Amino acid sequence: MTTLAPLYPTHQPRKLKVATVSLAGCFGCHMSFLDIDERILELIEHVEFDRSPLTDIKHVGHCDIGLIEGGLCNSENVEVLRDFRKHCKTLVAVGACAINGGLPAQRNHLDLGEILQDVYGSRTGMSAGSAIPNDPELPLPLNKVHPIHEVVHVDYFLPGCPPPADAFWRFLTDLMAGRTPHLGHGLMHYD
Amino acid sequence: MSTSTATPDASFTLDGEDVPFRPGETILQAAQRAGHYVPHLCWHPEFHPHGSCRVCTVKVNGRAGAACTVQAAAGLAVESSTDELNAHRKTLLQMLFVEGNHFCPSCEKSGNCLLQATAYEAGMEGPHFEEFYPDRPVDASHPDILLDFDRCILCELCVRASADVDGRNIFAIAGHGIDTHLVVNSPSGKLGDTDMTLADRAASICPVGVILPKRRGFAVPIGERRYDVKTVAEPGNQEAS
Ligand code: SF4
Ligand code: SF4
Repeated sequence: MTTLAPLYPTHQPRKLKVATVSLAGCFGCHMSFLDIDERILELIEHVEFDRSPLTDIKHVGHCDIGLIEGGLCNSENVEVLRDFRKHCKTLVAVGACAINGGLPAQRNHLDLGEILQDVYGSRTGMSAGSAIPNDPELPLPLNKVHPIHEVVHVDYFLPGCPPPADAFWRFLTDLMAGRTPHLGHGLMHYD
Repeated sequence: MSTSTATPDASFTLDGEDVPFRPGETILQAAQRAGHYVPHLCWHPEFHPHGSCRVCTVKVNGRAGAACTVQAAAGLAVESSTDELNAHRKTLLQMLFVEGNHFCPSCEKSGNCLLQATAYEAGMEGPHFEEFYPDRPVDASHPDILLDFDRCILCELCVRASADVDGRNIFAIAGHGIDTHLVVNSPSGKLGDTDMTLADRAASICPVGVILPKRRGFAVPIGERRYDVKTVAEPGNQEAS
């Protein structure tokens, strides 16, 4: 018996484009993401990475999913975040810092000028002529650190410090399958 | 059905299930005794109800009321785990989180915290609202006990424990509206100027990470703590302190 050729051309689903970035974060979330280990091979059957520390692409293109690690502590963070929002259909706040500012936000009850002065001006052991860095290339620090949902609309939050690898996996497989991501007990963690 | 002193018809329904009660019990007391979970923060089985956090709000015959203060009565139809009530609970939790400074990764209470566990159970993935980042300095004046006001949810459990159990009246709530805050009853306002001890009930009652023993950290690793192992909804695990 001969096998019939399909009547219609078979449709290979397009790979989803995913971009990731670390703003005011520590890259811990990215490291935890990589802890999905060999499942990354299955993942790249379904997704293609755009801008990300994994690809070294510098500018985000049109993407299906944007994963944002870290909050906003300087003007560049805000620009990059807005660019991601513009280019990503679904934007995800990943980890404690993106979600509520996290560790960097511990400076929020201190005066920024005083912190800079303490660190670069009056600390003991500083070499003569030390001053607060003011190279125009440096992004200006924000007065306070902010979580990303205070600046752009965020579609989903993936909590944890960092979110466990299994939480990344559950979240992404749910999202790719068109389900509302649901972490449930054991994967939902704020610590 | 009934093994207690309750008469056979002394029951109400909670989300359609019969819950027997003893005379004088509130809806929350009876529900918890029967193994049901009604989310709550300021209620604790050892203390008089306070009715302030509103997280236990249920609908009793269609009208909203705090399950910790409404008396159980035969034939009541109580709704608790409905989409509408659970959505309201999540909003209350999100407001509590942004009003304080809740950086769980650096909090010794993480994993043992009732606020956090209740938020997990409510499926609270993010804060939704803008953070207040209030300035609430730590009180480290006591030799054995630390007060980190960043995390206070004003449940008044420490106030009740200190007054009703310890007989010391060390804590009180002052101010009103958004300025409501916990104060220490001592001339300097510092805990170091009180006679509080680690053996006081008030030293162990805080359901969140405000009143903490000093020099105790990571005795149980993150990931193996009370609410890492079992959810807050499970019978026997509904109180953090
Ligand atoms: S008190 Fe609870 S919710 Fe607040 S920071 Fe500590 S663990 Fe997190
Ligand atoms: S310190 Fe703890 S027990 Fe006291 S009111 Fe605040 S949250 Fe409640």
